[in-house]
Amino acid sequence: MKAAGTGKSPGGRAKKASAAPDVRFVQGNEACVQGALYAGLNFFAGYPITPSTEIAEHLAELLPRKDGVFIQMEDEIGSMCAVCGAALAGAKAMTATSGPGFSLKQEAIGYACMAEIPCVIVNVQRGGPSTGLPTKVAQGDVMQTRWGTHGDHSIVVLTASSVQDIFEITVEGFNISEIYRTPVVLLFDEVVGHMRERLIVPPQGELSVVDRLYTEVKAGVNYHPYLPREDGRLPVSDFGGVHRYNVTGLFHDIFGFPTENPDQVNKLIHHLVDKIENRAHLLARWKEYHLEDAEHIIISYGASARSARHLVEGRRSKGDRIGLLDLQTLWPFPAQLIREKTAHAKNVFVVEMNMGQITTQVKQAVVTPNRVFLVNRMDGMLVTPTDIGTVMRTVEGRGF
Amino acid sequence: MALKNYIRERFFPHIWCPGCGHGIVLNALLHTADTLGLERSSLCMVSGIGCSARISGYVDFHSMHTMHGRALACATGLKLARPSLNVFVPMGDGDATAIGGNHFIHACRRNIDLTAIVLNNRIYGMTGGQFSPLSGRGIVATTAPYKNIDEPFDIVNLALGAGATFVARTTAFHVREIASLLKQAVQHKGISVLEVLVQCPTYFGRKNKEGGAVEMMELYRDHTAPLGSAKLAENPSLIPRGVFRSEERPEYCEEYAKVIARAKE
Repeated sequence: MKAAGTGKSPGGRAKKASAAPDVRFVQGNEACVQGALYAGLNFFAGYPITPSTEIAEHLAELLPRKDGVFIQMEDEIGSMCAVCGAALAGAKAMTATSGPGFSLKQEAIGYACMAEIPCVIVNVQRGGPSTGLPTKVAQGDVMQTRWGTHGDHSIVVLTASSVQDIFEITVEGFNISEIYRTPVVLLFDEVVGHMRERLIVPPQGELSVVDRLYTEVKAGVNYHPYLPREDGRLPVSDFGGVHRYNVTGLFHDIFGFPTENPDQVNKLIHHLVDKIENRAHLLARWKEYHLEDAEHIIISYGASARSARHLVEGRRSKGDRIGLLDLQTLWPFPAQLIREKTAHAKNVFVVEMNMGQITTQVKQAVVTPNRVFLVNRMDGMLVTPTDIGTVMRTVEGRGF
Repeated sequence: MALKNYIRERFFPHIWCPGCGHGIVLNALLHTADTLGLERSSLCMVSGIGCSARISGYVDFHSMHTMHGRALACATGLKLARPSLNVFVPMGDGDATAIGGNHFIHACRRNIDLTAIVLNNRIYGMTGGQFSPLSGRGIVATTAPYKNIDEPFDIVNLALGAGATFVARTTAFHVREIASLLKQAVQHKGISVLEVLVQCPTYFGRKNKEGGAVEMMELYRDHTAPLGSAKLAENPSLIPRGVFRSEERPEYCEEYAKVIARAKE
């Protein structure tokens, strides 16, 4: 008995297919590539950086075989810009990087937020700040994914703790970027990016794949590229199609033309934030283990969640009432989910490889923030079950 | 097709100052599109930030007004994803050679089929008259109140050195030459770089005592000469105008199609 439950996945499994399973033994970075191709990726622009480079290398090999475009740009900024351009031309576009490159991409990520360009940005985290620890694990970019680009905005950030989960969350990431016309960040870390595990690639059709929603407005009729439908979605027309319109990073009206009209500015900023923040419950993805009767709940994500799970399974077998919430959506922060899941917990331990970036959010979400404890490790090494156990014993008054 | 069909009349009047040279380039661009009979839905304009970047809003093309300096990088992705589009990239001098300098040299090197137009007014106009990498020594700007000490780039030489396959220069005074060079640039397969010297009477002209728009354009008339002309031979200190390079080299999108073919072998 391992997984007590899995977070809802509105995409879900569309239908059962009967073909022989495609089983591989691959790195997380390669699972991300496979997930992206499964979701229909046909444009990748990147720049070499450790520890995400394998994503670019695999796509350089695989994309041309599928008539897709791979381009190695002159820098990280250019890669993100090329992704924006390609997405407007109709491509499902992605880039991949790590901390230093992610910093450089922030300008164009903000552009994609403002212009509502669907795209996916992979950040395989390494130690920071600055050049930091290029080959070592960390989870220090959590807040940067949320607030890295300037100005109020909202963004979706997903993560995963296993190779299989990386595949599935990558497909989800593309789907969410299409539905909400937003950049989606896939925030992995050096350990999950480089570790090898079994990956079962489901037959095409088993996982649902969301394609771009196109406008039904006919040629010659006024098309309003930035007039959301009642459900908040923006049906698009590709560059090169029958509708010619303007896209800008300035505040704009329903034609996409720049405006400083206070009413229009106010409306747009609320639309950009609300379309994501108001759907936090729909966008929450997670995995949970033994939470029903848990007195001690660990909240973790990415590689840290693997150590947490090892500890939880070990202690459960000894009868401890302990459980794990493995978050897959970091932003919009699933505060309601965490409040519900921890309602009956005595203690909440947040395990992450940073100074408490998600811990701060958890403290704001729960009823008793003084029972929330950070377990972290900041030396480039993976946080271990022993690290977690040590903190737990201290909190429980059982000494070291 | 009537010229007005190439513009979005709804968004006029434009934001440029009286006497600005940018409208002259826009006019030449519309004439070029009309002369070549280009279909609007096959046209795309990708621009950065600054006065020149606003051109993209006024043309009835697919238009992407991007970030400062990033137009060529955005255009590269767009063109590769949809090679059938005819992509124009108007840029200012600061846009193209300062903040966008890296994208500029690499777009030249890559020889992707884009028409890059550098509207060189030697000043940052939108932000109120700061010196640019094209201002040159001795120029007065709001950020060079005691005269500029920065050596300038030469856009033509920069583009030639970076490997652009079509490189030309003209000025806002030479209206028909702009249209004629633009026509050649559009028809050229690969990256085309056209530098147009444009007057900014508001900031450059006023600060540097070059007078108004008319006087500044007279300077373009008097201080430039066509490549190969007797006038230029007699006075090599004049700024040469014309086509500096027009050569065939493998174009990036076509080369990428070959990558696809090799990958499928």
